[in-house]
Amino acid sequence: MTETLRSPLLFALVAALLIGTGIVQGWNSALVILNMGLISAIMALGVNLQWGFAGLFNVGVMGFVALGGLAAVLVSMPPVPDAWSAGGPRIVVAMLLGAATIFVAMVVQRRIPPGRSRTWATIGVLVAGFILYRLAFDPAKSAVESVDPASTGYLGGLGLPIVLAWPVGAALAAGAAWIIGKTALGLRSDYLAIATLGIAEIIIAILKNEDWLARGVKNVSGLPRPVPLEIDLQQDPGFVERAAGLGFDPVLASTLYVKLAYAALFALVLIALIWLAQKALASPWGRMMRAIRDNEVAAEAMGKDVTARHLQIFILGSAICGLAGAMMTTLDGQLTPGTYQPLRFTFLIWVMVIVGGSGNNFGAVLGGFLIWWLWVQVEPIGLGVMNLITSGMADGSWLKDHLLDSAAHMRLLTMGLILLIVLRFSPRGLIPER
Amino acid sequence: MDALNALVVFANFVLIPATAYGAQLALGALGVTLIYGILRFSNFAHGDTMAFGTAVAILATWALQAAGIGLGPLPTALLALPVGILGAMALVLLTDRGVYRFYRAQRVKPVIFVIVSMGVMFVYNGLTRFVIGVDDQRFADGERFVISVREFREATGLAEGLALRTTQLLTVVVAIIAVALLFWFLNRTRTGKSMRAFSDNEDLALLSGINPERVVLVTWLIVAALAATAGVLYGLDKGFKPFVYFQLLLPIFAAAIVGGLGNPLGAIAGGFVIAFAEVTITYPLKRVLGYLLPESLEPDGLVQLLTTDYKFAVSFGILLVVLLFRPTGLFKGKAV
Repeated sequence: MTETLRSPLLFALVAALLIGTGIVQGWNSALVILNMGLISAIMALGVNLQWGFAGLFNVGVMGFVALGGLAAVLVSMPPVPDAWSAGGPRIVVAMLLGAATIFVAMVVQRRIPPGRSRTWATIGVLVAGFILYRLAFDPAKSAVESVDPASTGYLGGLGLPIVLAWPVGAALAAGAAWIIGKTALGLRSDYLAIATLGIAEIIIAILKNEDWLARGVKNVSGLPRPVPLEIDLQQDPGFVERAAGLGFDPVLASTLYVKLAYAALFALVLIALIWLAQKALASPWGRMMRAIRDNEVAAEAMGKDVTARHLQIFILGSAICGLAGAMMTTLDGQLTPGTYQPLRFTFLIWVMVIVGGSGNNFGAVLGGFLIWWLWVQVEPIGLGVMNLITSGMADGSWLKDHLLDSAAHMRLLTMGLILLIVLRFSPRGLIPER
Repeated sequence: MDALNALVVFANFVLIPATAYGAQLALGALGVTLIYGILRFSNFAHGDTMAFGTAVAILATWALQAAGIGLGPLPTALLALPVGILGAMALVLLTDRGVYRFYRAQRVKPVIFVIVSMGVMFVYNGLTRFVIGVDDQRFADGERFVISVREFREATGLAEGLALRTTQLLTVVVAIIAVALLFWFLNRTRTGKSMRAFSDNEDLALLSGINPERVVLVTWLIVAALAATAGVLYGLDKGFKPFVYFQLLLPIFAAAIVGGLGNPLGAIAGGFVIAFAEVTITYPLKRVLGYLLPESLEPDGLVQLLTTDYKFAVSFGILLVVLLFRPTGLFKGKAV
C-alpha cells in the first residue's frame, strides 16, 4: 500500500465504522460518537502540536479541557444579581489583592539583590498578602455561596452567546499554560510532565471546591445552546412538515437535526484548525520547531531560542485543548467537575495522538476518531467476549460473576495494550510523519 | 498547662499523622528515585504498582483471615505483605521483560520511556480493577490504638487527648526497617555498590564489568518491594481505593524532586517535607493557637490556611518553588 493511498483508506475505515454503528446501533448513537470524535480530534491536534511538533510532554490535558468548560459557564450563564450584590465586588477586590501580592513579590525579587534579606522580604510580602487576601475573600465567598444555594449560590456568568466561550476557554488555558511553561520549560523533559500533571489536579480541585465560581460539585446545568432545542423543533409545524416530507418521525428528525447542527459547527472548527496546523507545519516556523525537536543543541547553536519557542508552542497547544474543552461543555450542556478524570481526558488523548501518528496532523485527527470509537465500543465488545467465555460456566459461580463484572474495566486495559503495542511495533503511528 | 495542651493537640492532629504519611511518601519516593537513578526515567506507573501490590496483599489478608491466622494485636496484613511484595515483583519483572527491555536495547530518549510507562500505568490500573474492583476496601484488623484518647487523658490529666493508632506506629517502624535494609544493601553489598556505580556513571560501570541487566533486575525487585510496602502501609492507615494511589503520584514525585531525583536520602527528606507541609497547611490551627495566645488575640476563624481538598496544591506549590529556585533539589540530585 502506498503512502498516498494509506490515509484516505484509513479515514474511509473510520467512516465505515461510524456508518456501521449507525446501522447496527441507530443513527443517534453514531452521531453522538461522531460529535465527541470531532472534539477528541481537536484535543489530539493540540497535543500533537506540543508532542509531534516540539516533543513536549504534556500530561495536564484534563486541566486545560476543564478550564475551557469553566469558560463556557462564565461566559454563557446569566449573571446572578443577588449574588453580585451580596459579595461580587468584594471577591473582585480579593482577587486584585492576590494579584497585587504576587506582583509585589516579583518586584521584590527583581529589586533587592540576592541574599537573605531578599528571601525574607519575599516571604514577608507573600504571607502578609495571603492574610489580607483571605480576610477580604472569606466573608465575600460565604456571602455569595449562601444566596439560594440550591439553585444558584454562585456569581453566574456574563450571559453572552456560548460560542464566545470557545475563544475565552482557549485564552484561559493559554494563561495556565504560560504559568506552567515559565516554570518547567528549560528543565528536564520529565519536569514538564510532572508540573502539568499537578496543575491539572489543582484545576479540577478548584472547580470542585470553589462553589462561588461555578457551583463546584453541585454542577451547572442547562447551559444556553448554540443550536435549537429538540422540543422547539418538534413544535415547529414547518420542521415537522419537512421531516414528514423526508419520511422521518418528528422526534427522531429533531434529535438528528440538533446533533447534525453540532457536528457541522465542530467540523467547521476542526477544518479551520487542521488548515492552520498544516500551514504552520509547512512554514519556516514549523521547520524550526521540528529542527528544535530533533536536535536542541544544534538548533540552539543556530541561534534559536529553544525555551522561548517551546513556551510558545506549549501555550498554543494548550489553548487548543481549552477550546475543545469549551466545545465539549457546550455539547454536554452542563459542567460536571466530578467527571473529569485523568485517564479519560489526558491519557486517552495521548493514546489518540500516538496511535494516529505523532507529528502528522491528519494522523492525530484519525487517532481522535478511531480511539474514541473504540473507547465507546470496547465495553459492549468486552461484555460480549466475557459472555462468550463464561457461557460454559455454571450460572451463579463466583468466577462467572467476577468476569462479567470486570468487563466494565476492559477499557483501561485495552487502551493501555493498544498504546504499548503501537509504541513497540509501529512507533510512528498509523499515518506517520512525512 | 496551656502550652502542654497546645503541644498535645498539635501532636495529635499534625505531628503523628504527618509522620506516618511522610514515611509512606518516603517509601514511594524512594522507588521513584531508584528507577530514576538506574533506569533514568520518571515512572508514571509507580502509583499503580503500589495499588497492585496492595490489592494482592489484601487478597492474601482475606485468605489468612478466612483460615483464622492472625497476629493478635497486629494487623493480619503484615503477614500478607510478603505475598503482596512477591505479586508486585512478578508484575514489574514481567513488564520489564515484555516492555521496557526492548526500549533499553534501543537506547531511546527518556521521554519515550515516560510515555511507555504511561501505557503500563493504564494496563496496571485495569489489572488492579480486574483483580479487586473499584470499591473501597478496609483490611486493617487487630488492636486499633496503641494509645487512645481516653487512656491518655486519664494518665496525664490534660484536657486534650492524644491517640496513636497501631497502623501509624507500624508504618513508621516498618518504614525504618525498610530504609535501614535498603541503605545497608546499597552501601555494604557488592550488588548495591554496583547499583550506585551504575547510577553515577553508566559507561564507567559497564567498562568495569558490571552486568547492566542484573543491576536493572535487582532495581526492579527493590522498587517492587518498596512500592508494595508503601502501598500496604498507606492502605492500612487510610483505607484502600485504587484511584487514590494514582493520585499519590503527585506528592510522591514532588517528594522525589524536592529531595533531588536519584538521591535516596533526598527522597526520604522530601517525603517528610511534603507530608508535614501538607498536613500543617490543611489543618485548622485554631485549637493550637487558642491555647498559646492570650484570650484577646484568640482567632475567630479556623486558621486553616487551605482546605484539605487542596492538599495537592501544597505539594505542587513546593514543587514549583523548588523547580524555580533549585531545580536539582535540596540534596543535589542529578537532574537539571
